[in-house]
Amino acid sequence: MTTRDWLLADSPTSRWQANAGRAYRVFTALLRNPLSVLGGVIILVLLLTALFAPWIAPFSPTGQNLSQRLLPPSGVNWMGTDELGRDIFSRVVWGSQITLTIVLLVALISAPLGLLIGAISGYFGGWVDRVLMGFTDIFLSLPKLILALAFVAALGPGINNAIIAIAITSWPAYARIARAETLTIRNAEYISAVQLAGGGPIRVIVQHILPLCTSSMIVRVTLDMAGVILTAAGLGFIGLGAQPPLPEWGAMISRGRTFILDQWWVATMPGFAIIIVSLGFCFLGDGLRDVLDPKSEGKS
Amino acid sequence: MTTEQPALTSPPPEKLTSKRTRRQIGAVVTFLVTLFLTFLGLLAITFFIGRVIPIDPVLAVVGDRATQAQYDAAKIAMGLDQPLYMQFISYVGNVFTGNLGMSVSTGRAVADDLSRFFPATFEMATLGILIGVAIGVPLGVTAAARQGSWLDQAIRVVGLLGYSVPAFWLGLVGLALFYARLRWVGGPGRLDIFYDGLVTPITGMILIDSLVQGEFDIFWNAVWHIVLPASVLGFFSLAYIARMTRSFMLDQLSQEFVTTARVKGVPERIVIWRHAFNPIRVPLITVIGLSYAGLLEGSVMIETVFSWPGIGNYLTTALLNADMNAVLGSTLVIGAVFIVINKVSDVLYRVLDPRAR
Repeated sequence: MTTRDWLLADSPTSRWQANAGRAYRVFTALLRNPLSVLGGVIILVLLLTALFAPWIAPFSPTGQNLSQRLLPPSGVNWMGTDELGRDIFSRVVWGSQITLTIVLLVALISAPLGLLIGAISGYFGGWVDRVLMGFTDIFLSLPKLILALAFVAALGPGINNAIIAIAITSWPAYARIARAETLTIRNAEYISAVQLAGGGPIRVIVQHILPLCTSSMIVRVTLDMAGVILTAAGLGFIGLGAQPPLPEWGAMISRGRTFILDQWWVATMPGFAIIIVSLGFCFLGDGLRDVLDPKSEGKS
Repeated sequence: MTTEQPALTSPPPEKLTSKRTRRQIGAVVTFLVTLFLTFLGLLAITFFIGRVIPIDPVLAVVGDRATQAQYDAAKIAMGLDQPLYMQFISYVGNVFTGNLGMSVSTGRAVADDLSRFFPATFEMATLGILIGVAIGVPLGVTAAARQGSWLDQAIRVVGLLGYSVPAFWLGLVGLALFYARLRWVGGPGRLDIFYDGLVTPITGMILIDSLVQGEFDIFWNAVWHIVLPASVLGFFSLAYIARMTRSFMLDQLSQEFVTTARVKGVPERIVIWRHAFNPIRVPLITVIGLSYAGLLEGSVMIETVFSWPGIGNYLTTALLNADMNAVLGSTLVIGAVFIVINKVSDVLYRVLDPRAR
């Protein structure tokens, strides 16, 4: 029996085999869509760049060399140098670590938070639902970027506070999705079976409701990542996100603003990195949605 | 508008209208209550940000260069000796009477500052949404009419770029290209320096003020300056509007009445613009409303890049000076406008769509 047969078996003999088989089917379905393959490759490159930044970057991201300042792109400095003589390519490579950290932490904070609030709201219903969803709706009807800006202003500039502010503004969308999913499965017979067997609300929600929300959640989180990257870069650009000399892409664009008319590469290059990575998440998210959650096409 | 007549078996007209009016009044009341609660939520959040998060809210308001006397005065003025819920009530009272506190950086009342800066933002965002609708809707319709063609793919990529290009970056690149290299448009600011202050503000929107006063030189100079920032802003609404138009149109084009019309030999242009496009005008209004609200938010970044003297620029300046009253005031105003546009476009949908009545 080949691995493929084992993965695609009609009657898997273990839970692990069933899960692996499902993941494999999703994977092959993704491979059929060229744009999602491209998205996946971009995200993979981002991961590898962040992991191996010290070996990929030819120069130090913070080492200054004033005799080499503002050099145009060349064979040595692929993206030119900035006003302190630092190699922009190396800084963009190291910056991938910051972007990846922000994206991962925001997802790790806001998705479980939203998931939990939505599931509790949908499972209990009644006034719990009304209070939690009222709260969620208020957050949803406020402008995200402005809210994040105000939070950072109160918390103080810096990368950690930027992550907290973005996470605070992104959980409500997840709560909405989790609630909708919970409502459709709350009255299913297998849930009643668990309840009859003595399963309390915590067990039902954690073991039987949350796992079923994950696929629509993964789609939504992936699609949202582009927005998170843009917000983080925006905070960096204004000067409230990652602080110098950290090679954060938005902050790098902000430094290059002064030279945009003559030394265009200083501000332009980090922008390309932002666009490519955000597009990667968009492509992958679109593809994942087509495979995992085809009903929600067109909604954003 | 396709007017759908009620079925023949509907109840007598006068009974129907009275029932309908009652339902409409109920809907209006619900609408006002949700609107009010959402405002209260916004106020609770800004209150939380301004009074609860900072370790020393007084310092956050007066700034670290204040003397001890100023500090104490501010502490009493802010009512920080009172319990939190009393502070919140007086905060809500202040906001509703238009008192947003003083700005540390400009030394004026925040409410005055905001009313002075708002027209510039409004002018730019409105022009932006006009550009977005004028280009986005036809693009979306074309993409749907030629689904799968290279044009459709290209429009799809433009749509995704709207989600992945940083607004401030696009603004900078636009400045470098169209202003510095090609000299097609004006640079940062609303007018060239020598035109500054020549128009007496009536509405605060230079395009309108200069036209009213017959200053055509100034008008064209203002156009020359606003074109780039408004186009950059318009690009983002264009991307969203085109994407949504395409998806709505595809829904309609797969309906049976469209097939029937095609089979009957109705010209394709009429099938697309009358049979398919007419029914989607109502949902499009909601989409346009949402992206208009989004533009007010997007203008924060654009204004910073173009030194555009609007609320966004005011907000970022205040952020860097840790001028909390100004930050919270701008957040409140942008948030309130955002909420109103959101809710109104939602209601408009229900009023205009005969099926949702």
